[in-house]
Amino acid sequence: MATDTLHHGASAEPHEHHDAAGTKVFGFWVYLMSDLVIFGSLFATYAVLMKGTAAGPSAAEIFELPFVLVETFLLLFSSFTFGMGVLAMNAERLGQVKAWLAITFVLGAAFVGMEIYEFQHLIHEGYGPDKSAFLSSFFTLVGTHGLHVTFGLIWILVMLVQLSTKGLNDMTRPRILCLSLFWHFLDIVWICVFSFVYLMGVL
Amino acid sequence: MFGKLTLESIPYHEPIIMVVAAFMAIGGIALFGLITYYRKWGWLWNEWFTSVDHKKLGIMYFIVALVMLLRGFSDAIMMRTQLAMAAGDAAGYLPPHHYDQIFTAHGVIMIFFVAMPMVIGLMNLVVPLQIGARDVAFPFLNNLSFWLFAVSAILVNISLVVGEFAATGWLAYAPLSGIEFSPGVGVDYWIWALQISGIGTTLTGINFFVTIIKMRTKGMTMFRMPIFTWTSLCANVLIIASFPILTATIALLTLDRYLGMHFFTNDFGGNMMMYVNLIWAWGHPEVYILILPAFGVFSEVIATFARKRLFGYATMVWATIAITLLSFIVWLHHFFTMGAGANVNAFFGIMTMIIAIPTGVKVFNWLFTMFRGSLELTSPVLWTLGFIITFTLGGMTGVMLAVPAANFVLHNSLFVIAHFHNVIIGGVVFGMMAGLTFWFPKAFGFTLSEKWGKRSFWCWFIGFYVAFMPLYVLAFFGAVRRMQSYPNTEWQPWMILAWVGAVIIMLGIVCTIIQFWVSIRDRKQNADVTGDPWDGRTLEWSTSSPAPFYNFARLPEVGDIDSFWSQKQRGSEQLEEAPYTDIHMPRNTVAGPVISFFALVIGFALVWHIWWLAGVGAVGVFISFMARVFNDDIDYYVPAAEVERIEREHQLKREQQLGVEAQA
Amino acid sequence: MSASSTNAHGSVKSYVTGLVLSLILTIIPFAVVMSGALSTLATVVVVMVTAVLQILVQLVMFMHMSTKADEGWNMMSFVFTLTILVLVVGGSLWIMQHLHLNMMIG
Repeated sequence: MATDTLHHGASAEPHEHHDAAGTKVFGFWVYLMSDLVIFGSLFATYAVLMKGTAAGPSAAEIFELPFVLVETFLLLFSSFTFGMGVLAMNAERLGQVKAWLAITFVLGAAFVGMEIYEFQHLIHEGYGPDKSAFLSSFFTLVGTHGLHVTFGLIWILVMLVQLSTKGLNDMTRPRILCLSLFWHFLDIVWICVFSFVYLMGVL
Repeated sequence: MFGKLTLESIPYHEPIIMVVAAFMAIGGIALFGLITYYRKWGWLWNEWFTSVDHKKLGIMYFIVALVMLLRGFSDAIMMRTQLAMAAGDAAGYLPPHHYDQIFTAHGVIMIFFVAMPMVIGLMNLVVPLQIGARDVAFPFLNNLSFWLFAVSAILVNISLVVGEFAATGWLAYAPLSGIEFSPGVGVDYWIWALQISGIGTTLTGINFFVTIIKMRTKGMTMFRMPIFTWTSLCANVLIIASFPILTATIALLTLDRYLGMHFFTNDFGGNMMMYVNLIWAWGHPEVYILILPAFGVFSEVIATFARKRLFGYATMVWATIAITLLSFIVWLHHFFTMGAGANVNAFFGIMTMIIAIPTGVKVFNWLFTMFRGSLELTSPVLWTLGFIITFTLGGMTGVMLAVPAANFVLHNSLFVIAHFHNVIIGGVVFGMMAGLTFWFPKAFGFTLSEKWGKRSFWCWFIGFYVAFMPLYVLAFFGAVRRMQSYPNTEWQPWMILAWVGAVIIMLGIVCTIIQFWVSIRDRKQNADVTGDPWDGRTLEWSTSSPAPFYNFARLPEVGDIDSFWSQKQRGSEQLEEAPYTDIHMPRNTVAGPVISFFALVIGFALVWHIWWLAGVGAVGVFISFMARVFNDDIDYYVPAAEVERIEREHQLKREQQLGVEAQA
Repeated sequence: MSASSTNAHGSVKSYVTGLVLSLILTIIPFAVVMSGALSTLATVVVVMVTAVLQILVQLVMFMHMSTKADEGWNMMSFVFTLTILVLVVGGSLWIMQHLHLNMMIG
């Protein structure tokens, strides 16, 4: 659609293709709503099964809050840096957009790295997801979030390539906006994870 | 190398399956040969498979659905035959394990691969036209959704000849569906077929929701939308809010089966009741995803053929919205007997009865629309009248089941089977048949044979009652569902009667096939040159039949409910001669079929634990998706001159036909 | 460009405010839980309230959800989804608790 749209935008029927970029971003928002329901189902499952420790460890025995606090800060700062990237995009500063995205990527990758370390550590201790219903639901809920962050990281890489080859245009702009929504959304899900899984878990 | 897949996985020692497979192979080879002989592959690929045109996708959904209907109905008639035979000491001809697979396949196919694609196909065909849009919000995703659905249908059919299908019932309750009690690949086929098609359905839900919210033509406010669009909107809201629950639930079952986790197992703290709870938290809204669009069809049909505006438009809309919300707080009525106790059961029982109220409002709206209208008894109207009678009856047996105390008696009996066929055949099937007949000319440019349509209706209508009323009776004798044989020979006459009913329904399906054949043969006589064969009320009838790929040469403007009707009353349906403008359209894309092909590869590989092949499929999905993402050439403009040429040509054809009629 | 309609309110100031508020609303619950200063009930209340507040902060400051964007449809779809989640998650917990009481205790 790139430049063609701009040329025709004025001459073609004004009401015809309403507002393609806005429609894309709204569509992505609606997708996030459906994703929210997936997380809701996983939270409900975790809440039901968290007592099912089957002689294995309970939440209080395996969670390390300082570790989780660092993870939280990583994700929170990455949300902020992505926001800066969007502001740079609104100001048409391509170089800055790429720089902020790169910083976001590093923070996000560090988060995923910490999560992989945590999982590996637990499995090494003998507390893998096949040990009890509690551990199954914990690994699945937190892992699904981590998987989403990983997809977000891949998406950032793809956008960095697209920004380098195509620059800021009608194609890449809405994608950056959708990705920003995705990234902030994952931060919000993480708020629920650290509050309801980790903090409440150790009480 | 090939995981669990060996030559022994092909059930060549089962004669029934082999005969079916042989028929499928012969049919497939014949079809393949015909297409090759007439050199139609290029045409199929370029004009259909890669098309992003919502009308063509709608037609393809319907074709797959009708093929799968034949498969699902074969399962049905096999079951009825088995039960007509297997009384007393007789074992019938289907061994239990095979019978279990058949009733599972019947339920899965009829809901996911017949009813859903028909509903989604009809939305594809009609909604963009009704709201005066050129296409849906995300045309590529629309194509992808179709293909994800189509490859899942293929996966289900592969299970017939390679391995086995689930023998767990259509919702695969845990722990029966867990690896301990279902070690075979049947449940895995079920998992991946539903997971892949479920992603497609969710994408469709998002796509059509955004389309209806964002793409309505000028002047079409929310409360001027046609009722079918309203019911589709609510069905899509339900898809967006409920299908993710199914996705999550099946994913958890997958983790149990593949990674030894303990969500729904008997041991290690798992809770199989959570599976039942989650699957129905999706399952009940799903029922309304199917029935709401059918309600929309009936509303359009009744208003059109009674030549009256729909009685109580606003109450119809609010009733639909009320059902949408209420459908999320009734799910426990599917497992009253699991033991949640009196308080919980009472709440969900009362909510279930309350949901009958907005449905009742709708029934009265339809009745009052007919009242003092000049109702024309066309076949869509017959389907509608049959629906009102049958669905009301089914609704009442539903309210009976909603009484927890009664439910303890009726639970798991044939009463439940009779009830949901009463609402699904009487509601969804009749609705889709009415919609198919009603909008067929808009898709193909000629009307369907009324004679064979009416014959089909009477066979379905009578067949339904003969097939399912005996099940209500049998339930009171104590007959339970999902039984392969029964000791009490007194049940046999009723079982045979039900079999006769199934045969009558089969005649109805045969009538429909003949209807297609006859109508295609006589398409010249039945051509619809006006674009408005029924004297319709909504925008889709204001464009030609079949609608041009850009839908409307000039985007219509709307000032009222049933805007096209009031325009015709004012005699201003001939649009003012504004100049044509360039039209912006999406390009066809190979990405949908290619990505879905790799999804099929992933699904098949995961069923058989062929990990390297799953990896190949995943890489294929990623690369083909990236190819789409990096492609900038995804749309084009139809020049005004081309639009003018197409419209002129159509005008000429119309005048010729009118001239012929005048001479005659 | 029209896309800005979804993003009209973004400014360095709003992002910095959002970040600071989020940091505070993260540190409070962690401090309360890790210090064990409050009773269990009070701790739960603090954790839940700060979580809800932080979600609101991020929705408004980072995701720019408002009644104006997309004619209110993005806010409305969020509220609807939230309603469904409350019904389904809350309902599930209610049902499962009763099932647990009735069926699992020997």
